[in-house]
Amino acid sequence: MQWDIVIGLEIHVQLATRTKIFSGSSTAYGAEPNTQANAVDLAMPGTLPVPNEQAFRYAVMFGLAVNAEIERRSVFERKNYFYPDLPKGYQTTQLERPIVGPGYVDIDLANGETRRVRIHHAHLEEDAGKSLHEDFHGMTGVDLNRAGTPLIEVVTEPDMNNAEEAVAFAKKLHGIVTSLGICDGDMSQGSMRFDVNISLKPKGSDTLGTRTETKNLNSFRFMEQAIAHEVERQMDILEDGGRIVQETRLYNGDRDKSRSMRTKEEANDYRYFPCPDLLPVEIDDSFISEARNRLPELPDARKARFKDQYGLNDYDAGLLSGDSKLATFFEEAASHGKDAKLVANWIQGEFSARLNAEEKTVADSPITGAQLGDLVVRIADNTVSSAGAKKVFEALWSGENDNVDAIIDAKGLKQVSDTGALEAMVDEVLAGMPDQVAQYQQESDPKKQKKMLGGFMGPLMKASKGQGNPKLFNEILVRKLGG
Amino acid sequence: MHNKSVAELSRELESGQVSSVELTQQFLDRIKQEDGKYNSFITVTGEQALADARAADEQRATGNATPWTGVPFAHKDIFCTNGVRTTCGSKMLENFVPPYDATVTANFRQAGAVCLGKTNMDEFAMGSSTESSYFGATTNPWRLGQGEKRVPGGSSGGSAAAVAARLVPAATATDTGGSIRQPAALCGVTGLKPTYGRVSRYGMIAFASSLDQGGTIARSAEDNALMLNVMAGFDPKDSTSLDREVPDYTATLNEPLKGLKIGLPKEYFSDQLSPAMEQQVRNAVKEYEKLGATVKEVSLPNAKLAIAAYYVIAPAEASANLSRFDGVRYGYRCEDPKDLMDLYTRTRAEGFGTEVKRRILVGTYALSAGYFDAYYLKAQKVRRLIQQDFINAFREVDVLMSPTTPSPAFIQGEKTSDPVTMYLEDVFTIAINLAGIPAMSVPAGFVDGLPVGLQIIGDYFSEARLLNAAHQFQQVTDWHQREPQ
Repeated sequence: MQWDIVIGLEIHVQLATRTKIFSGSSTAYGAEPNTQANAVDLAMPGTLPVPNEQAFRYAVMFGLAVNAEIERRSVFERKNYFYPDLPKGYQTTQLERPIVGPGYVDIDLANGETRRVRIHHAHLEEDAGKSLHEDFHGMTGVDLNRAGTPLIEVVTEPDMNNAEEAVAFAKKLHGIVTSLGICDGDMSQGSMRFDVNISLKPKGSDTLGTRTETKNLNSFRFMEQAIAHEVERQMDILEDGGRIVQETRLYNGDRDKSRSMRTKEEANDYRYFPCPDLLPVEIDDSFISEARNRLPELPDARKARFKDQYGLNDYDAGLLSGDSKLATFFEEAASHGKDAKLVANWIQGEFSARLNAEEKTVADSPITGAQLGDLVVRIADNTVSSAGAKKVFEALWSGENDNVDAIIDAKGLKQVSDTGALEAMVDEVLAGMPDQVAQYQQESDPKKQKKMLGGFMGPLMKASKGQGNPKLFNEILVRKLGG
Repeated sequence: MHNKSVAELSRELESGQVSSVELTQQFLDRIKQEDGKYNSFITVTGEQALADARAADEQRATGNATPWTGVPFAHKDIFCTNGVRTTCGSKMLENFVPPYDATVTANFRQAGAVCLGKTNMDEFAMGSSTESSYFGATTNPWRLGQGEKRVPGGSSGGSAAAVAARLVPAATATDTGGSIRQPAALCGVTGLKPTYGRVSRYGMIAFASSLDQGGTIARSAEDNALMLNVMAGFDPKDSTSLDREVPDYTATLNEPLKGLKIGLPKEYFSDQLSPAMEQQVRNAVKEYEKLGATVKEVSLPNAKLAIAAYYVIAPAEASANLSRFDGVRYGYRCEDPKDLMDLYTRTRAEGFGTEVKRRILVGTYALSAGYFDAYYLKAQKVRRLIQQDFINAFREVDVLMSPTTPSPAFIQGEKTSDPVTMYLEDVFTIAINLAGIPAMSVPAGFVDGLPVGLQIIGDYFSEARLLNAAHQFQQVTDWHQREPQ
């Protein structure tokens, strides 16, 4: 049977506020356990929450960026359940009156189509702490540094039909929140986490199938794998005549396996009710217009500008505008490097390859956009060959030297493009290789001739101490040998 | 000295007739000698109090003092006190020593007052008799030694009994459904529950957040005013506290009452009230007429729904507020839990008393899927109706007057097995919490040798007017001067 896949996402976006959503303690990542949690975060008796205005501002900015309605009166609810890393015994979140109402995001697909994914709503909430099961034998440690970190949870409509679309949406959202500066986007630190709802229905059917939710995917790759895995699992069950159980599942990316976490029957009754410690928050026009004034250029607008301003093609513009840090890096390089296309190629080639190989992000790249731009200038004006440029890049990356021209000088990578000097070298080398010259001239097949040229190139580069412009050497050789 | 009011003690400290150290020592001695009969304290902090008293005396010597500098008092054990254990009357928090002060506590510290200790209370403020305390029941000082022991009311029974027994001149208290006014009435002292949000809840261990309100218990309205001057005000740590100017509550105590319009809610003078009680309250109202007030009957048509609405909303909020007492972080933890669920269930089964468990279960039920609309949401709608009743009444009159309780102090153990009878103790006080308005209880006579309280109810932020009305009454009566035995 043919199946339609229906996918909806819930995305937890950790807001980059300096302090927590209901307390003044720091949100900085990576500190010693329980050093960034105060009496409020620890839910000490009598302590009370005080809302962080910045979290509201960020949520409103997000809402405006995804074309959503902003709820003027937003209410916090308590979601009750017991877990050791949930200090109050309830999570303060929003249910009936989330701050961000319905909106949408357009995504570009590989086939050139644009697809609209509707956002059902996005709500503000506090994060829980972290349970540490590995570090204590037979016991569980609780780290409350993360407890109370502000999140927005973005809930989409089931508008995606395959992993590619879901990942494209996730990446788009990543680009939006990082461009807004409301989230650092670092998924390895849990700054964005994805829950994927998947169901299958017979092709063309109007009735949705039973869905499962796969929780806490923290990379685009895992998300793609988890969707593929879950689609296959559901398809196998359905094709064997089985029924899908509505449940929450956990995916293990390292083993490409998933397991059930809980079924609908054993799901908690969260007993939501409005939090009596927090009054409804009224958001007025001036707050919204102030947030609107803070909106930076968003990925869609930036992509259009990249095409227009730098003459990039659709693919390059889309790729470079999707991640705000990458986009900034590109613009810095392009403003130095003049040749934007060459800059784009270097970013997508050497630069991205090195980042990936060393599992680094643009933010912790050892080289700056300006340096890459300077390097591209020297490639474009023929000062260095592309082979030489790679050596310069290497020196920049390793921190050996931070100035492109200084590296070129120090390593003697400057190309000799003085035709007279190059001709003299060619004459000298050819004079020393009469047999090879004769062979070349007797050969009638131009393809084989072309190959034979390589035999002269080595000695020429050696004669020029690697500094001869290979392109010019080639031209002179062809002319002299053929003449 | 122990018979003197806060105002008098303050004057004597000011004139140098007595030092804070002497005063503090006297009250500490008195607590040591007498409190065995009442059990009104859970913790007495003698050393700290004497150290604070010495500091207060030095402060007085510099001439840089507040009216409270060096005046002894006590805190209900629901207010967190930095470095002093704060139990909330529960085994769950038997050894809990907060590393922070409640805002109310900090305010008294700032004013230079000397805290003698922490007073007894119903566990987590749930009760109307201070019999549900893990640290044993408190006994009403009135008619002690004449047959059965009487309850002091609850949940601020420790504070009310301590003030009535002259162990302290004043004590903080809290009121969620009547927990200041009912014990004040049963112990023959004066208590004020301010407008919701007037006094910060920060550091006050939560029972039902939308109803809980810190307030005052002392012997006179004037002393209540002095207390409120310290306690009231906006607190950035409590989002539900109100950013509104705090008047000097002592400044208007002597305003004449001529022209004051008093409303008597007919629903509060019904069959539930014994004729003897009603007589005392009506006599008190007559005193007000003599002072120039006019009286008319008003109606609070939804008053009868208050107890039902309260016993949905308060337990619902409590069920969430008390979730944190689960054995994971502080306070009581059961021995050798075999797994996480066992840790939760045994900690809570062993750590909470019967009344607390009862309310957690009721609240959990009321919030459950499928019952939320029928109970919680309905109760909130009723709450709005009750609030509207008061708003309508205050279009016609300045204050409302009623009995504080349906009967005088009952005998210990009499109602513990029948929670619904116990809940009816608060029949005249609960609606006020649902509406969030202020109210006082003022001593207004005796029935069978036991004190009777007059409840004076006001519109939002009318604390100054209530204190004025109570003070004027106390200028022409001496009920508040009477002492047990």
